[in-house]
Amino acid sequence: MRYVDEFRDPDAARRVADAIAATVTRAWTIMEICGGQTHAIVRYGIDRMLPGMLSLVHGPGCPVCVTPPGIIDAACAIASRPEVTLCTFGDMLRVPGHEQSLLAARTGGADVRMVYSPLDAVELARENPEREVVFLAIGFETTAPTSAMAVLQAERKGLANFSLLSSHVLVPPAMRQLLGDPTNRVQGFLAAGHVCAVAGYRDYHAIARQFRIPIVVTGFEPLDILQGILLCVRQLEENRADVENQYRRAVRHDGNRTARAAVGQVFEVQGQAWRGMGRIEDSGLALRSRFARFDAFKRFPEVRVPTERQTPCISGEVLRGVRKPDECPMFGKLCTPEHPLGATMVSSEGACAAYYRYRRAPEAA
Amino acid sequence: MCLAIPGQVLSIDASGTLAREGSVAFAGVTKRISLAFVPDAAIGDFVIVHAGFAIARLDQDEAARTLAMLEAVPPEARA
Ligand code: SF4
Repeated sequence: MRYVDEFRDPDAARRVADAIAATVTRAWTIMEICGGQTHAIVRYGIDRMLPGMLSLVHGPGCPVCVTPPGIIDAACAIASRPEVTLCTFGDMLRVPGHEQSLLAARTGGADVRMVYSPLDAVELARENPEREVVFLAIGFETTAPTSAMAVLQAERKGLANFSLLSSHVLVPPAMRQLLGDPTNRVQGFLAAGHVCAVAGYRDYHAIARQFRIPIVVTGFEPLDILQGILLCVRQLEENRADVENQYRRAVRHDGNRTARAAVGQVFEVQGQAWRGMGRIEDSGLALRSRFARFDAFKRFPEVRVPTERQTPCISGEVLRGVRKPDECPMFGKLCTPEHPLGATMVSSEGACAAYYRYRRAPEAA
Repeated sequence: MCLAIPGQVLSIDASGTLAREGSVAFAGVTKRISLAFVPDAAIGDFVIVHAGFAIARLDQDEAARTLAMLEAVPPEARA
């Protein structure tokens, strides 16, 4: 078992797609929440294997995409200080803020570095005591434990020159927001497997009950996604609204307790703005007061996070599954991965970038 | 961003709650990875790795069960 090829077998994929086609008797709309799944669906053409009555819509599960532009502005402002080294994940560098991206700030002389792990930023702080090292921390439940561990390590090492600019977000509040919207069309969810690997899926039972919606925790390989869809349409056809776990090899009901404990120790829940989607109550993580000395918002109190301005980019609608990327008038014309107007065109998990990469050739309708 | 990939634990070199780490082999490359969040992972186990951290130990029996379910899908639907 290598946990990859076994879950990409094309014959099995065909069989599961046939089973889906044999199950579906009416029109259904299912949302895959996670951008990693969107990428796999578009890359492997999974949506094109499905019966026409079944639509997949892409969800908000791309952390880079939902990071508000004001946070990028704040990060650029902090990075422009001569004593600061600003670190973040590679995907974040090209995301446009209101004024510029971190990459542009770097071209302008700021010390901006890409790291693979938040611990790399802690290590940089330890090696360079004369620098103020700031880690721009983004990501869902999957990533929050890695930021929490960075803070715990910095504390243990007694580092006075490390801080976190936290823009972490939580998935269940965003699911509730989508379902509560009067224009919502989503009738079933594929929940994000790696989010649940950490957080578990305890929170989903109440959502499934309240909104009468099936939720299937789903993995990322083509067979995982197809099986997740099959479980979801069976529920829809049988008028059930249960929480099921397709990704059992990685996800336990309570998630990863060690990781959750680290998050709970370091962070507390707060309201959070999502790019293109507005503010969502209880959907973000802020450092607890005990860790205030590692909080970049406190360390650089003069830095403001401006509220999001209107732009021609419709990524808010793309992230809510209301419109598909190729329905955006800018798509592939004014907006490309080289000149992105929105974050969904930058991140490899953004729906616009996935469509640009795999679906650009215009197809006969 | 939630991209997380399976890798196999080759060695566990440091222990202690915060510092537990080891080397993990992915297709072609070996990396130092924090194992702090997978206290139960042993050498030879596969783990899911995200941003330098193993976030879950993969359960071989569950994986086999999922594949068996896929294998069995579903004769009645093809009739
Ligand atoms: S194509 Fe570009 S402008 Fe249009 S929604 Fe996507 S990121 Fe925004």
